Amino acid sequence: MPVANPHRYARRRGLLAATAALLCAAVAGCAPQDDSDSAKSPGPAPGGPAGKGSCGKGKLATETAGKLTVGTDKPAYAPWFQDDDPASGKGFESAVAYAVAERLGYGRSDVIWQTVPFQNSFAPGEKKFDFDLNQISISDERRRAVDFSPGYYDVRQAVIALKDSPAAKATSVADLKRVKLGAQVGSTSLDVLNDVIKPGPRPAVFQKNDFAKTALKNGQVDAIIVDLPTAFYITSAEVKEAKIVGQFDAEGGKAEQFGLVLDKGSALTACVSGAVDSLRKDGTLARLEKKWLSEAADAPVLK
Amino acid sequence: MTVKDTVPESSDKSEKKGAADAYVPSARRVERERFKRARARRATAVAAGSTLVTAVALFLLVVNSPGWPRTRETFFSAHYAREALPKVLEGLLLNLRLLLVCGAAVLVLGLLIAIARTLRGPVFFPLRALATAYTDFFRGLPLIICLLMVVFGVPALRLQGVTTDPVLLGGTALVLTYSAYVAEVFRAGIESVHPSQRAAARSLGLTGRQTLRFVILPQAVRRVVPPLLNDLVSLQKDTGLVSIAGAVDAVYAAQIVAGKSFNYTPYVLAGLIFVALTIPMTRFTDWITARMDRRRAQGGIV
Repeated sequence: MPVANPHRYARRRGLLAATAALLCAAVAGCAPQDDSDSAKSPGPAPGGPAGKGSCGKGKLATETAGKLTVGTDKPAYAPWFQDDDPASGKGFESAVAYAVAERLGYGRSDVIWQTVPFQNSFAPGEKKFDFDLNQISISDERRRAVDFSPGYYDVRQAVIALKDSPAAKATSVADLKRVKLGAQVGSTSLDVLNDVIKPGPRPAVFQKNDFAKTALKNGQVDAIIVDLPTAFYITSAEVKEAKIVGQFDAEGGKAEQFGLVLDKGSALTACVSGAVDSLRKDGTLARLEKKWLSEAADAPVLK
Repeated sequence: MTVKDTVPESSDKSEKKGAADAYVPSARRVERERFKRARARRATAVAAGSTLVTAVALFLLVVNSPGWPRTRETFFSAHYAREALPKVLEGLLLNLRLLLVCGAAVLVLGLLIAIARTLRGPVFFPLRALATAYTDFFRGLPLIICLLMVVFGVPALRLQGVTTDPVLLGGTALVLTYSAYVAEVFRAGIESVHPSQRAAARSLGLTGRQTLRFVILPQAVRRVVPPLLNDLVSLQKDTGLVSIAGAVDAVYAAQIVAGKSFNYTPYVLAGLIFVALTIPMTRFTDWITARMDRRRAQGGIV
């Protein structure tokens, strides 16, 4: 009759209990505390433009105290930014970012630019930026994942094609149904392609507009869809052998707008929104638009 | 599991008639087996208990984390899984078509390059040098750069009669890179065949070509089946990279839905589908390997 060693049992059971206790402690202790609510100061009440009330510099719970961290993708494309340098203040979105910062009481030197790829701008979890601007269109579906400021630019989509391709002669949406089209992934240009044009040939979807431009030059697609300012820039500076075929009317009569992206439930949303509203009200946005973006009057509207 | 001894340990004196040669395990043996069973039960219970505790702990850790509700909505949304599934499956067709066509082309081309590299005789030197240069270059060139060069570079040449279709071009780039990998695998197999095999074949009167065809290659290929399948599984996942030129594969279809909705569920879905595809392939690899080991152990086929 073998006899079990009682001490060994005791030690084992102790070990098991200790492990269980450790694991439970880990669950209670390791769960990272959500510091976005507790550590940072509570969000200010929606006030008017910054500088007044609770929206001034120093009163905002920004990523880095006393600084405003602004995100955008790299490369940063013209005409939204110039020379891939968001900090230059040149280009429409760069100018808008500095105007918003100024309304919130942050000078040029208090703005930090942070590279944020499009995919990361809506990832859950801690954001590395206070707000992000990257030609991101506002939609109700996206509002479930992030906060948006009010729109800072009303955008229209346009078609560009090589001058000698049959797609360049299109005068209506129906004319585009039989051509090979391309657009960038995640863009509302792609939504217009799929929902408005609904072409027969399978559309090409590109990671970056750079690839779309190359494919257009190579004749791998007949036409690509981009927003109107980008279309003007591409046809006037980058692919001169292409032309704007036409632009699209806003879907459902509601203009599509680019908005600043903030973390869901960010404490800054109210103040940043107030700043954008006041920039629109006093005509600053219109002035910047005139300065940096071409007039869109001469592109025919495709029905 | 109990161990059945055929020889009783102690002959029992109180045997009944009729059951004279019936085996009756000794008391000591019964006790020993009972003890063993008890130990086994206890081990199982402890293992189950500790697994349960770990699982519960991990579950609680995830579910009680402050970001869990948002994570669940962002990565495990049933609504977006349903929306993305048909598109992801449609994209998967492209992955599978590429895998079949490129896989076959890679095997053939890789074998040809490996043979070119292992040809003997001074007259074949240029061929050997070319094959070596090819494998060196394409094994070292990052696949994504190879794809960009082929997919956007070839159409830029504006050659008459050369396709500009991104899928065909992307497939070509995959074949270029992967045939370099596979050629090295085949070469390793060819060089692992003992020289005496070649000598024996030649002494029996087989020509050089026959020796390669009937003696060397069958042994070489059989030896490198596992690494070959490894490369095929790798190719299966890299087929998605052709999407750089605008063709929509499974992962890209997921990205399109994710980019529109700002929800990551389609990625999770596409990832799970790829894993589900790889598992049968892996089991198949294991089975092939096991079968070959069995044959080799029997000494039946060299």
